[in-house]
Amino acid sequence: MDIRDVHFAYPDGRKALRGVDLRIEHGQRVALLGPNGAGKTTLALHCNGIYEADAGSIHIGALPVTDANLPEIRRCVGLVFQDPDDQLFMPTVRDDVAFGPANLGLRGEELDVRVAEALDAVGAADVAGRAPHHLSGGEQRRVALATVQAMRPDLLVLDEPTSGLDPAGRRELVDVLRGLSITQLVITHDLPFALELCERAVIMNDGRATADGATADLLVDQGLLHANRLELPFGFDPAVARRDNRPTSPR
Amino acid sequence: MHAPDGFLNAGTAVATGAVSAGTIAVALRRTREQLRDKQVPLAGISAAFIFAAQMFNFPVAAGTTGHLLGGALAAILLGPATGALVVTVVVVVQALAFADGGLTALGYNVLNMAVITSFGGYAIFLLLRRLLPSNATGVILATGVAAGLSVVLSSMAFSIEWLFGATAPVPFDTVFGAMVGVHLLIGIGEAIISALAVGAVLVARPDLVYGVKDLDRATLAERPAMGMRGFLIGGVLVALLFAVVVSQFAAPDPDGLERVATDTGFIDSAQDHAFGSSVFADYATTGVANETLSLAIAGTAGVVITLAVGSGLFFALRDRRREPDRDHHHAAV
Amino acid sequence: MGAGHAHALYVHEHSPVHRLAPQVKLAAAFGFVLAVAVTPREAMWAFAIDAAALAVVVRLARLPVAFVLARLAVILPFITFAFLIPFVGSGERVDVLGVSVSQAGLWGAWNVLAKATLGATVSILLAGTTEIPSILRGMAQLRVPETFTAIAAFMIRYLELIAGDLRRMRTAMTARGYDPRWLWQARPIATSAGALFIRSYERGERVHAAMLSRGYTGTMPALDRRVATKREWLIAAIAPGVATGTAITAFLALM
Repeated sequence: MDIRDVHFAYPDGRKALRGVDLRIEHGQRVALLGPNGAGKTTLALHCNGIYEADAGSIHIGALPVTDANLPEIRRCVGLVFQDPDDQLFMPTVRDDVAFGPANLGLRGEELDVRVAEALDAVGAADVAGRAPHHLSGGEQRRVALATVQAMRPDLLVLDEPTSGLDPAGRRELVDVLRGLSITQLVITHDLPFALELCERAVIMNDGRATADGATADLLVDQGLLHANRLELPFGFDPAVARRDNRPTSPR
Repeated sequence: MHAPDGFLNAGTAVATGAVSAGTIAVALRRTREQLRDKQVPLAGISAAFIFAAQMFNFPVAAGTTGHLLGGALAAILLGPATGALVVTVVVVVQALAFADGGLTALGYNVLNMAVITSFGGYAIFLLLRRLLPSNATGVILATGVAAGLSVVLSSMAFSIEWLFGATAPVPFDTVFGAMVGVHLLIGIGEAIISALAVGAVLVARPDLVYGVKDLDRATLAERPAMGMRGFLIGGVLVALLFAVVVSQFAAPDPDGLERVATDTGFIDSAQDHAFGSSVFADYATTGVANETLSLAIAGTAGVVITLAVGSGLFFALRDRRREPDRDHHHAAV
Repeated sequence: MGAGHAHALYVHEHSPVHRLAPQVKLAAAFGFVLAVAVTPREAMWAFAIDAAALAVVVRLARLPVAFVLARLAVILPFITFAFLIPFVGSGERVDVLGVSVSQAGLWGAWNVLAKATLGATVSILLAGTTEIPSILRGMAQLRVPETFTAIAAFMIRYLELIAGDLRRMRTAMTARGYDPRWLWQARPIATSAGALFIRSYERGERVHAAMLSRGYTGTMPALDRRVATKREWLIAAIAPGVATGTAITAFLALM
């Protein structure tokens, strides 16, 4: 994914993006950090053309994000929304996971297989018949991921996937995300989560990318974190965590 | 208002069902043009809002509560066609999944609770918008009166349906007087809650109020504060005025209870009803105290409802040409 | 004007009635109620037969009788109205327990009472044995426009969520000592209704964005169509068949 000098202002005049540059190579997992209102979610919604940039360009592979390419762009960029209640809108989990592939034209057995695969991949096969709003927070997240995975995307964009999750749910999510071998852009406030999951991190503030580097390096730079309204949890030392935690999977 | 089965005869149920189905088909098409690919999620979630809003109990007096019907509110927030569609979805699901309101009563329940309140309420709203100043106060007042009267229109419609499809020999003027009288009171609550709700939306997101899409933020902001008390007094005065006018027409015959028996045997009249045919012909024999007066009231009410709903429909369809795009979303898609 | 019906009536069971295809049940429910609606009110025995038929179906569906009776309370306001009919009704009057009432009014009251009760029982049976998504699918199978059923599905999906928002607002108001007793104290309630609308609308826009992200182009994909077998149609036709037969017999008997 290649984002070049993207600008965007909301209709009410508020400037959300003031020239964002970001390039993500195939297979990378990148954390996107930054304070509230930095433009992270707005940027995510540009990745698959929900918002259209006022200036600048976005390419997914060789494909520019333009109206004509939207169907293909939306197949290959999977966007997982912050609130699973926005993402899961169908009466049952099965219907919800089937929604995307059905829009791609899949029907019958082919569709059933795709749905089963996606649910299996996130360990949610047992809730297929349930209503999304009757699931636990962790289950909702994983099913939300499955709805996107069912479209077999090449790039996954996750908006604050750990917000509102209990520690166990968070752990299950980390395991699932680690198990996926596709390119991922993970928007999060959860710095330990970013460190655990992503080699590389990008910090956004006030509509621009202000820092880009190895997650471990950025998180030990107190001045940088402070300037961008980021804060490590009490007692958390990235240097120690790096050594003691299980190693991130080799890229 | 969720009338059960058997309240009106089968002919009326079928006729109102046809009218409702036709109107909703038009509303479906119209909202498709208005909301395009947002139709399903926005109309669906708005319907959930109206359903939830009907659970909003508000105090009436000394601990008793009433609740919102929401047809006019939906029409003013979302436009008359979307409003009618959304309330219809609520009424239909309440009947099918919550056993609230009879299945054969769906025709008149949808007509009275969704179609008439939305289109009629919106027409009154537009009319008042012309008479009142073009600022937030004017809009809020127009919303209140339109919402209150939409409930009254709905009760008038029920009375007229009773005239055609009564299953019991209660005279039209008695039903009309009772229905309209009760709904004047209900209308006051509906008026106040709807007006304040629209007022709250106007402050935070005026762009979401369909009924003021012709006004910009600055015009709306010209806002001489209006106290709750002033509004309440105004509302009660309007209601009283209405009550006086209605009672002039609809004073239930005082000796209605002692009415001398008509020369029709009950089996005759009962059978006529049972067969559901020629209702209009036999209603006179089933006991209207003052035929001319009743017909006059019914006629007037019918004309008022038809005018209101008709012009609401007209506005809904005309807006199609006037308004190429009402897109609140920031998206360019 | 009962409010507060946030919960559907579905009773989880594995009965033959539960298993029938929803479109079949919908058609049967409408058929039965229509037959009851046109049954002449003088044929009291006809309503007894209809009631017996319904009782059998309730039994087959394993719905608790207490549950059905409790839900019938929905029509109470109208039953109250029905009891007034004989007093305000016109026509020949008779004395009942020393009170003069309209004879045609009595018939009218009986008519409303019988038909409303039977109709409501049918509705409870339908809603009690069919989950809401199934009801909506059944409607689509019966040629109700899919846009309409899709809107209804979204409403059901988000109803609990929005009602939950509403409850939290209420709790927050109560926690700060708000206990309205008079209409003019309703401003906070109305204001929160406005806030709730804004939240709902914004939710709608986010959901729309989520739909677009998964390739939505304005038409809901048709999923999971269950075709009803001829056998299901035949089985479901029994109860409305009985009611129709009863209605016709009653007509002929009264001719």
